[in-house]
This record gives sequence, structure tokens and C-alpha cells, in this order.
Amino acid sequence: MKQRIIADFSRLPLHGLGTASATWWGTLAFMLIEGTGFALIIAVYLYLMALAPVWPLNAPQPEVLPGTIVTLLLIVSLLPNYLVSRWAQQRDLRKIRIGLVLMTALGVAPLIVRFFEFPALKINWDSNAYGSVVWTMLALHTTHIITDLADTVVLAALMFTRHGHNRRRYGDVQDNAMYWNFVVLAWLPIYFCIYWIPRL
Amino acid sequence: MTERSSTDADLEDGVLISRLEQTWRTPKGFWGALSTVDHKTIGRRYIITAFVFLALGGILAALMRLQLAQPEARIIGPDRYNQIFTMHGTNMMFLFAVPVMEAMGVYLVPLMLGTRNIAFPRLNAFSYWMFLAGGTLLWTAFALDMGPDVGWFAYVPLSGPQYGAGKRADIWAQMITFTEVSALAVSVEIIVTVFKQRAPGMSLDRIPLFVWSLLVTSFLVVVAMPSIMIASTCLILDRLIGTHFFNPAEGGDVLLWQHLFWFFGHPEVYIIFLPAVGMVSTIVATFARRPVFGYLALVMAMIATGILAFGLWVHHMFVTGLPRLGESFFTASSMAIAVPAGIQIFCWLATLWDGRLSFKTPLLFVIGFIVTFVVGGMTGVMVASVPIDTQVHDTYFVVAHFHYVLVGGAVFPLLGAIYYWFPKMTGRMMSERLGRWAFWLIFIGFNLTFFPMHILGLQGMPRRVYTYQPEMHWHGLNLFVSVSSLVLMGGFLLFFIDVIRSARNGLPSGPNPWAAPTLEWATSSPPPTYNFALLPVVRDSNPLWEESESLTVGGGLSVDRREFIVSSVVEARPEARETSPRDSIWPFWTAIASSVMLIWSIFSPWAVVWGSIPIALALIGWFWPKGSPEEES
Repeated sequence: MKQRIIADFSRLPLHGLGTASATWWGTLAFMLIEGTGFALIIAVYLYLMALAPVWPLNAPQPEVLPGTIVTLLLIVSLLPNYLVSRWAQQRDLRKIRIGLVLMTALGVAPLIVRFFEFPALKINWDSNAYGSVVWTMLALHTTHIITDLADTVVLAALMFTRHGHNRRRYGDVQDNAMYWNFVVLAWLPIYFCIYWIPRL
Repeated sequence: MTERSSTDADLEDGVLISRLEQTWRTPKGFWGALSTVDHKTIGRRYIITAFVFLALGGILAALMRLQLAQPEARIIGPDRYNQIFTMHGTNMMFLFAVPVMEAMGVYLVPLMLGTRNIAFPRLNAFSYWMFLAGGTLLWTAFALDMGPDVGWFAYVPLSGPQYGAGKRADIWAQMITFTEVSALAVSVEIIVTVFKQRAPGMSLDRIPLFVWSLLVTSFLVVVAMPSIMIASTCLILDRLIGTHFFNPAEGGDVLLWQHLFWFFGHPEVYIIFLPAVGMVSTIVATFARRPVFGYLALVMAMIATGILAFGLWVHHMFVTGLPRLGESFFTASSMAIAVPAGIQIFCWLATLWDGRLSFKTPLLFVIGFIVTFVVGGMTGVMVASVPIDTQVHDTYFVVAHFHYVLVGGAVFPLLGAIYYWFPKMTGRMMSERLGRWAFWLIFIGFNLTFFPMHILGLQGMPRRVYTYQPEMHWHGLNLFVSVSSLVLMGGFLLFFIDVIRSARNGLPSGPNPWAAPTLEWATSSPPPTYNFALLPVVRDSNPLWEESESLTVGGGLSVDRREFIVSSVVEARPEARETSPRDSIWPFWTAIASSVMLIWSIFSPWAVVWGSIPIALALIGWFWPKGSPEEES
């Protein structure tokens, strides 16, 4: 088939950021998948609660302190996270490096407290269905934090190499920041379910 | 950009092609084959693998028909029979139907959109290896007499720790993880490809209907599949570390399984059916030689089907003693889905009515589909009614119904689609003569095999029984069904023979043997690794019909790195010259590491901890920049 050139693409940018980037949309799609997963496990929680004569089922109320500390740490991390994303937009490599190191620390901190959060549930996963569902919710979200932490660590290391100064990397930093917002956001309904619904 | 590079528009045709071939080629040899990220190679592998699973599932079906041909047969024992019907259903749903539909998307969507590769090509490679590993796990387990034996929906408590001893149910549950990871990955790729990689000018209302169908399907996968992953994970946890999700004695609930399963399982039907809608709409337009009637109505019907699909799941649970109000609601919503289905049927009929028909094999399969699917749809409306469902639940009536909708509704269009797109994929035509024989054998064989099952069901024959007594008077019809299934299998055999023969010796097809209107026909058959030498620019929904003299294209992309155009979501305005990654072995290693972890975790929870380390390392290898020209920005 003969071809007729009617457009010139040579002046287009070599990489798009935000909605012009495939990775941005891919991250959004994975957030939708994981968000659905979290919504479903919350549905399981509410379903089991609706069946149970008392809730928590044969267990004391979970202790709120460790979970609340995790929540506060996560909320506090949103500010530097926002800044890192802005620095990425401004392509300020020096600040991005500092920011990513800080975000790594802010990813480790909630994990340390999370270690104390499991016993604070005051029930084991194999005691009854209530224990099973709260442990699963907490474990799922812990996996979520670990995944993004690993991503942040690798990205931070990358930014200290010669590959760092590249529009693609800045886009990756922004997408990583967007994903961290999601990690924090997804936690809030789970936190509310585990600690406050039993107290309603 | 380096000094040497020049853009495609400045080069002579011959030079352009040799430079593009150099940039987009997949290295030959063993490692090259494992590293490729070409959506066509991966799509072809997916399709072939899925058809191998179809053939294997067909052999299981044949074994079941052999056993049921006479009362009190002793050919297969009850334990093996349980494994066989479980394997048949699981294999057909998870290893054939969903993957083959997504595979057609993997192959065709980038071509129909006028782009050079699917979005996230390495994820695509990874998804195929995961699919292959999941299928291998299931079939290896079956060969070792460890095949799942709890039915394809693995209801608890049968599949729970108390009744499902051994590892059979775990194999089923973990096979789910493999196939869902792969399906979710492909769905994300398709969504992003459709959103961001359409040819400039291909606004939403110019997207080919097959691509629309894959887009809606992908969203269904994204929202439905997490449900089965949560369910199967909870099942594995119940079985491995003693959680109590499905144990009523400790506050769990067996119906929770059914809710989670069918919240996925019903949309699953549409995940299989909607791509078929896209195939039918494409084939109908080409062979009626006119644009499809009611493009907007068809798109809306697909979206409506996709949304309604999530409001129907309870109709699989009518006999579980749910509240009457709930049952009435789900009856109404189940019947409501007949409305978009009806709209689709009428749009196709209108297109055929007004068209100049060319009765080639693909169109025969489509007409066979319309007839069969309407019958399946009618019995669907019947079982949507609680009183009828209560009578026929778990009988052969249901077996007949879902084979009519799944085989009639999806496999017929798929076979038509293979006849239709085979020339594009191989550069060779399939045989019209064998195609007609295959169609008539399959169509007649299918109806003779499955229609009597309605009657057997109404006579009370339950599904999933390994034998029956002569006093039940089911043997005449059962023998008839078994003999008819030979006709059906003969048809499939002929189809496979035709595929193999044509791939070797079929007549050369040329780029556009059907004079079809969509972009995949604008390039050679089979397409080169880079799909299009110059990327198409679209000004109409049927570009090859409107501009039959020459294809409008754009220039200005570099030929020294793998470039394509990223365009805006609604209007498809070009936004950037983006790059597509090169081949990589890392997706393969990541899939190997993931498989080791997932299979190990059937036996020990610590696998999740230790097994994750190699996965993380493989992922770092995958994403760490290698300094290729594609990295520059």
C-alpha cells in the first residue's frame, strides 16, 4: 500500500510526563487492582462481622497505640513525599537524592512499629475467623509498604548513579511518590476497620 | 540523540526498512527466544499454548463421554473422574478461554491501533511465562495423580482442610494465582496501549470494535480477578496455616467462598464473551462489506454488559437459601443483561441484512455463533428465574446452558477469528474447503452433543456423576451424546489439521486478503517486527475503506531506537515520541523466581519470605537501566 506523509512527529518531546507517560497510567491501573483487593478484604471483614454474634469474636479489643503511631508516621510521610515529587518535576537531582533517602527512612519506620502492631491485635490468625481477617488485612498492607519501600530503595540507589539525571528517572520518582500516596490512603480504611469499627 | 541517527521520513524505503529491522530485531537462538518482547511472537505463543490446552481439555471431555456412554461403566473410577471433570473445567476456563482471548488482544490490539508494540512489553513476556508455568503446574500435578478434584469452582468445605486432604486443592488455588497474575498483567498492558498508543487521529469513536471489546474486558479483569485471588489466598491460608475464613465452627462462613468466587466467576463469563463480541463485530462488517450497524450502540452495549456483569453473581447461589428479596433482585439483574445482548444481536443482524454478504468460513462461524448463542441466552433467561433454577440446578441442563454460551458464544467466534486473522499472522490462507467441513462438523456435532443434555437435565441427571444406573433411563440419550461428540471432535481435528497444513503450505495471502478496513491489514502479512515502517495517521473509523489508494502516515521518528507515538486519551493527539524497551531475559528469570516461590508456598509459608528475595533481585535486574538508546530522553 502506498503511503502519504501528512504529519511530522520530529518535534515531539522524547518522553512524556504525567498523563503523557505510559508508566503513569500503568501505575494507576495497578492501584485499581490493589485498591479492589483492599476493598474486597474489607468486604470480607464486614461480612464476617455481620455474621458474628459479638465483634471482636471471642477476643479483647485491639490495642490502638501501635496502629495509630503507624498511621501518624504514614500521614507525616506525605509531606516529604509531596516535596520529592515536586523536586522531580523541577529536576533537582540533589534534593531528590536527599528526599529519597528520607523517604526510605520513612518507609522503614512504620515497618518497625508494625512489628509491634501484630501482637497488639490481641488475637492470633489461627484463633478464629476474626483473627484470620485482621491478620490478613495487616499482612496485606505490610506487603504493600515493603513493596514500595523496596522500590524506593532501588530508585534512591539509581539516583546516585550516572543513570539518575534523566527525564525518565524523574518520571519514575513522581510515579513512585504517587504510589506511596496510595499506600498511605489505602491504609486509612483498614486502620478504621481494625481499630475503630470494633469500638463503635 | 546521536549524530548518526536520522528520522524515518528522510530515508529511502529500502534503507528505512533495513534500519528498522536492525533496531527492532529479536536475536536468534535459544536466549533470543526467551528474551523476546515482540507482542506478535508472544501473542502467537500464547495462542498456540492456549489451543494446546484446548486440545488437552478436549481429550478429557472425550474420556468423560466414553465413561458416560453406558450405565455403570467401569472405564474410569470415581476418583479419577473427579479429577478429570475438575481439570476439564479449570483448564478450559483458566488455561484456554481467558488466555486465548487476551492473547488475540496481545497480538492484534497494537496492530489495529497502528502502533509498534504493546505497552510494557517486558511485562507481556513475563505474563506469558507465568501462564505457561501455571498450566504446567496443573497438568504435571494431574499426571502425578495430584490433580485437583473439587470442581472448577472448588467450593468449601469440600476444598477446605477438613475434606480436601493432600495438596490437590492447593494446586488448584495456586494455579489460580499464576493465571490471574498473567491475566492482570495483560489487562494493564491492553488498557494502557488503548489509552495511550493509538494512531494519531484515532479518537474514541474511531477505535475498532474488537479493541473496544478488549478494553472493556481488561477493566473487567482488573476489577473481577482480585476477588478470586483473595478467595484462593484465603483458601490456601485456611489449608496451610490454619486460618478460619471458611470454617463456620470458628466464625468463618462457607458461603463467603461462593460470594467471592462468583463475584469473579460471573464477570469471568463476560471476560470470555466480550472479546467474542468484538470478533463478531469485526468479521460481520468485513464480510457484509459495510461498516457495522450501530457502532455507538455496540460500544454502549459492551460497557453496559461489563457493568451489569458485576450485579449477577448471586444467581449462581439461588439454592443456598438466601433472602427472597436478594434473589428477586438478582433475577431482575440477570434478565436485564439480555437487553445489551439483544442490542448486539440486532446490530449484527442489521449489518448482515444491509450488507453484500460473502459467505467465507469466518462468516459461517459467526452465523453459527448467532444461532447457538441465542439458544444459550434463552436458557440463560430460564435459569435466571429462581423456581426453574431450583429445579435444574446442578443438573445437565446447566451443563448444556453454559456450553451453549461459552462454546457457542465464544469458541465459535474465536474459530471464525482464527480463520479471519490467520493470514495476517502467518502470511498464508487457511483452506476454505476444510474450513467449511470443520464448521459444519463442529456446528452439527456441537448441537447434537449438547442439546440432548437439556433433556437429560430435565430428566434429573445430575452433573459431575461418574456413572448412573440403568434404571434411570438416561442411557439412550447419553449414548447419543457420546456418539455425537465424535462428530464434534472430528470437526476440531479437521480444524487443527487445517491450521498445521496451512501454516506450511497455505496459499500466500498478501497484506489484505479480505479487503478489510482496519489498520492491521495495512501492513504486510505476517507484519514486520516494527509493525509499520511509518506510523499511520487516522482520519476515519475504517481507514482502509475510506482511503483505499494510499495510507496516511506521519514521519519524524528516529530509526536508531525503538520509537513510537504516545497520544492523548480522548482525541489521540500526538504527545510524545516514546521508546519501547529492548529484549530482556529478566522477565523470564522473574517468572522462574515467582514460580518457585508460588509452588514452594503450597508446602511452606516461609517460602513467601525466602522466595521473595530472588524475585526482588530479578526485578532489579529487569528495571535497572542498561544504557540503551531507548533510555535517552
